[in-house]
Amino acid sequence: MTEHHSTDVDHGHADGLPEHKLRRTDVFPRAEKRAVRQVAAMFGLSAIAGIGTIAAFFAFPADRLITVPALGQMSAQNVVVGGLMGVSILLIGLGAIHWARKLMPDHELVQERHDLDSTYADRKAAIDEFWSGAEASGFINRKIIRRSLLGAMALFPLPIIVLFKDLGPMPGTSLRHTIWKAGEQIVTDPQERPIRPEDIPVGGLVNAMPVSLRKLQDKQGNSNEGVKSVIVLVRMRPDEIVAQQGKNWDYQGIVAYSKVCTHLGCPISLYEHRTHHLLCPCHQSTFDLADAGKVVFGPAARRMPQLPITVDADGYLVAAADFAEPVGPSFWELG
Amino acid sequence: MNAIAANRRHPAAAYVVLLLALVSVGALYAALATPSRAATAIGSSTQVDQGKSLFAEGCSSCHGLNAQGSGVGPSLIGVGAAAVDFQVGTGRMPLAQQGAQAVRKASIYSDTERAALAAYVASLAPGPEIPSASMVDAANADLARGGELFRTNCAQCHNFAGRGGALTNGKMAPSLMNATPTQIYEAMITGPESMPKFGDGTMPVQDKQDIINYVHNLQNSPNQGGAALGRLGPVTEGLILWTVGLGLLIAAAAWIGAKAR
Repeated sequence: MTEHHSTDVDHGHADGLPEHKLRRTDVFPRAEKRAVRQVAAMFGLSAIAGIGTIAAFFAFPADRLITVPALGQMSAQNVVVGGLMGVSILLIGLGAIHWARKLMPDHELVQERHDLDSTYADRKAAIDEFWSGAEASGFINRKIIRRSLLGAMALFPLPIIVLFKDLGPMPGTSLRHTIWKAGEQIVTDPQERPIRPEDIPVGGLVNAMPVSLRKLQDKQGNSNEGVKSVIVLVRMRPDEIVAQQGKNWDYQGIVAYSKVCTHLGCPISLYEHRTHHLLCPCHQSTFDLADAGKVVFGPAARRMPQLPITVDADGYLVAAADFAEPVGPSFWELG
Repeated sequence: MNAIAANRRHPAAAYVVLLLALVSVGALYAALATPSRAATAIGSSTQVDQGKSLFAEGCSSCHGLNAQGSGVGPSLIGVGAAAVDFQVGTGRMPLAQQGAQAVRKASIYSDTERAALAAYVASLAPGPEIPSASMVDAANADLARGGELFRTNCAQCHNFAGRGGALTNGKMAPSLMNATPTQIYEAMITGPESMPKFGDGTMPVQDKQDIINYVHNLQNSPNQGGAALGRLGPVTEGLILWTVGLGLLIAAAAWIGAKAR
């Protein structure tokens, strides 16, 4: 084998291949021995690391913590077991590659490949066989069978398309409405505490929701209504309000806006009380709550819908009506 | 000295000189730029008087001699003792320089001086008071409920692990890892910088204690899963994987593919 290859090597460059260069391990027996030792050492160390993994698993209780420089405090067992296991598998890989590079034969081999296309006779025979089969099966002559088969095959995908109906029901008008309605009490999220106007200081923020939401969600078994009806209440000085989406939709400087970004529907309450900007952390859409919720930055295409609010007879904040425009991300039928 | 002279043409010599120059300039700047520590007012009869003279010395250049505010600093009338205790206690005030965001640094005032400043500002107009020790005591707080409140009201800006996050135009929500219970409470009632206020009406003392307990828990939770990478989620994890991870894989592939000599 080796003998044969050495002649290959001599003529190698005549085939357009670069001349084979012998490695140090091919030439010097000491280099070869050293490489053997290195490979065996890697495999041996891997075995030791493997045993060490088992030992570490038992040696470190799960709640022991250690401080790793630059990375901080973490679980000793996770670090040592994971680290040693990683070293163990890494050394197997490194040893195998080192073995292949330094010690296994590395002569260049050329494997000639025949032409990819078949002979003319083979191709003609295949075509003839196809047509004689088509003839014998009657696919060509028996038109009624052929047409009924093609018809059946054409119809087969139809039921699959009809099954898509189960993805419904269609949303109908549900994307345009929320459960907010005139007189619906506004309560804090998540404590469900009714809110008096004097509870919110100027510069204050309250995450809020409709009072009937929890019960409705429990009944429906989903949070479809919740994701549409969550709001933020913020209070500013009435003279800071530049514009609103409706006349007197605030209550003494308290404005209520949807909490659902009109871009892709992230819930947002990053409110900067000095600029009155509401920032979406997902794609940095920014809405100006002092100026009718208009988009001042980012990819959102629609302003943040405002909820008209007032107080009820007991002095608690309530909605004056539902949102006048759809909340959340835009959808196909929005127009 | 001769050894230094002999090495002056060493290739690294220029870098060493540059480094020394940078360090010395930096040290000089730090020494000169440190605001001169406000001297304790001598002979003041009351805490408010002491606070007033400290204020005139350290704060009035921006906030005005009577804390009425100016073009570069807001009015402090009615901000209350809690706001002063927070801003001065976290070292944000006095500002090192004007900018989008005041950052946490070592406070230059002692506890007594801070109390005096707070007392002076509180004397100007009623405002939020510094919470008492029992108000910020989270011993009986509900951790799970604190987590729920934190995720609804705080996590949006301060990150789900309390590590802070970016706002607009260079502003940011700071990390809560060094915040004391009193400072967390004060921030909620005074709304420092961009932060909105969370009044007692919608966020009563019990709720605030629950949140304080949760933040305390976040501050003390170890990284069971290994390096936290800032607990920013997929951003840093992805960055590390794409740079360090892929870099190592490419290096390994190059090593495997290189011809052995």
